[in-house]
Amino acid sequence: MTKRKFGLGLSLVLAAGTILGACGSKDEETTTPKDSEGTGSEGTTEAVDFSLAMVTDVGGVDDKSFNQSAWEGIEAFGKENGLEKGDGGYDYLQSTSDADYITNINNLVRRDFDVVYGIGFLMEEPIKTIAAQQKDAQLAIIDSIVDAPNVASVMFKEQEGSFLAGVAAALMSESKQIGFVGGMEIPVIERFEAGFLEGVKAVDPSIKVDVQYTGKFDDAALGKTTANRMYSSGVDIIFHAAGGTGNGVFAEAKERKTKDANANVWVIGVDSDQYEEGAVGDTNVTLTSMLKKVGTAVQNIAKDAMAGNFPGGTTVTYGLAEEGVGLADSRGAIPQDVLDQIDEFTKKIADGEIVVPETVE
Amino acid sequence: MSFLDVLYFIIPAAIFYAAPLIFVAIGGVFSERSGVINIGLEGLMVMGAFIGILFNLMFVDTFGAMTPWVSLIAAMLVSGLFSVMHAVASISFRADQTISGVAINMLGVAIALFSVKMIYGKGQTDYIQERFIRFDIPFLSDLPVIGPMLFKDVYGTSILAIGIAVMAWFVIYKTPFGLRLRAVGEHPMAADTMGVNVTKMRYIAVILSGALAGLGGAVYSQSISGEFSHTTINGQGFMALAAMIFGKWHPLGALGAALFFGFAQALSIIGGQIPYVKEVPTYFLHILPYALTILAVAGFIGRAYAPRASGIPYIKGKR
Repeated sequence: MTKRKFGLGLSLVLAAGTILGACGSKDEETTTPKDSEGTGSEGTTEAVDFSLAMVTDVGGVDDKSFNQSAWEGIEAFGKENGLEKGDGGYDYLQSTSDADYITNINNLVRRDFDVVYGIGFLMEEPIKTIAAQQKDAQLAIIDSIVDAPNVASVMFKEQEGSFLAGVAAALMSESKQIGFVGGMEIPVIERFEAGFLEGVKAVDPSIKVDVQYTGKFDDAALGKTTANRMYSSGVDIIFHAAGGTGNGVFAEAKERKTKDANANVWVIGVDSDQYEEGAVGDTNVTLTSMLKKVGTAVQNIAKDAMAGNFPGGTTVTYGLAEEGVGLADSRGAIPQDVLDQIDEFTKKIADGEIVVPETVE
Repeated sequence: MSFLDVLYFIIPAAIFYAAPLIFVAIGGVFSERSGVINIGLEGLMVMGAFIGILFNLMFVDTFGAMTPWVSLIAAMLVSGLFSVMHAVASISFRADQTISGVAINMLGVAIALFSVKMIYGKGQTDYIQERFIRFDIPFLSDLPVIGPMLFKDVYGTSILAIGIAVMAWFVIYKTPFGLRLRAVGEHPMAADTMGVNVTKMRYIAVILSGALAGLGGAVYSQSISGEFSHTTINGQGFMALAAMIFGKWHPLGALGAALFFGFAQALSIIGGQIPYVKEVPTYFLHILPYALTILAVAGFIGRAYAPRASGIPYIKGKR
């Protein structure tokens, strides 16, 4: 009997260890950056009385995607204005599940941050809820529109950036077959698809684009098998808009490149510059990446809010004209004459000469 | 796409997807056959995936192209060690095996992510340089039909997985050790009366299952994701658990079940290319693996019986 009780005790200790483990990692997050900043921020300008914070979705601040981009924007803004990480400066809360969003946003609002950002379209409902409850809070949301007087919404014209990716792919493809791997079929990803298809069509309407949605953002195995199917059927360039599932696309391309150094396989990355992901020894399978400059948008809102005119109730849309989207440096993968053609299209879109549709017809 | 082309795609894809699951499911078979429920497979797999990547990143300069294989051994050792915790709690201290397993799951993710944060200062590791890659088996891959289906673009780890499944079947059904293992799981008191050390057998089984789950995790991370983050292992351990039950606690059954899951997954990917099937809306194809599994479990395999003493701690002298 005592043995059994002891066993129960042991289970409890194990469980407690887990919870404590979680706490430990959090302390870690808040302490390390502080140490490093202690030296860095000495010479910066005098701190202003302004604070900002963001809530990540389940991706985390180093997801190599829009959460990271947003956080880098906040950090850059904080350093520029001599802010410290923590209360009264800048900070973030990481969400481990969809259930954390409301709690995290509320937490930051109560800690008196001047502007609280919800990153990602999954944050729409939580932001709406909090905006109604905390009328004095200044909230901002990326990738979605919340119609409330105290919420600033930021949208991106992913279709414009993807159009350029489509142009690049169509001009670079040798087999005249191109692939698109999407995550879930949600409006954001459909904008990627629509723009990409449009871009390919603008160059060569005869090119076949193989479109496949995997239904998941976090299943690398699924992405790898899908990419395998596409490359096997003759596709030589794949544009992915699938988060972690896209990891599998890179894995497949890299594997083909390792097995046969002359294999003509390319991946176009998404959201941030995914050059590092495509490295195979001395070569690289990343053709370019479609950038979404969330950091710029985050900083612009912060600047407006600091000047006293927080753009609450409005929606700002970042496209090519605002330099909110674009292609990453291809580091030599794309020759100059192709880059020139891409620039031409960029100008036409920015001037409104070409209007890229948001949905696939 | 012709029928043969579809097969050339589906069969390798199914084997590729199934390989990590096979290791983990067989780990589960060992543990449950000895009478210890191991719901902690997911956590052990996370450990394996993490150690595999960590070791690979640290020692790539020392071992070169052999690094992924050496990492497998490291992952097996660490996950085996990690599973001792489950063994101590559920065998020696007779704790509830499900609770202890859940604790292992939570602890596995927590430790792995915490370590990544400590070591790399970010939420995921870098990408590994040396990974498992496909190769063609000489001569066999030139065979018509079967060649491209089974022997072209194979992974060494897939061969290992099938080898281990056969080996596990041999060990469990054809050796004295296996007989004792099963006896301990069906009727520990009878086994004890015949002089089998129940505690020792169960410890060995749980540690074996930990090592195999770690192996599966390391195979997944080094052949599929190429890095470790919180989404690397995301439910595959539970899929393996399902494969084990689906396979009726039999190593070859688990092998078949894992292959079936892989098949369903591959079918959902290539569905859009097959005539007639491509008319089906994609979300139906996405739910296909799960729907097929439910159908198979509910309708076709008949009743599955767990080892009788599974989940019950053995207390000497108690009737």
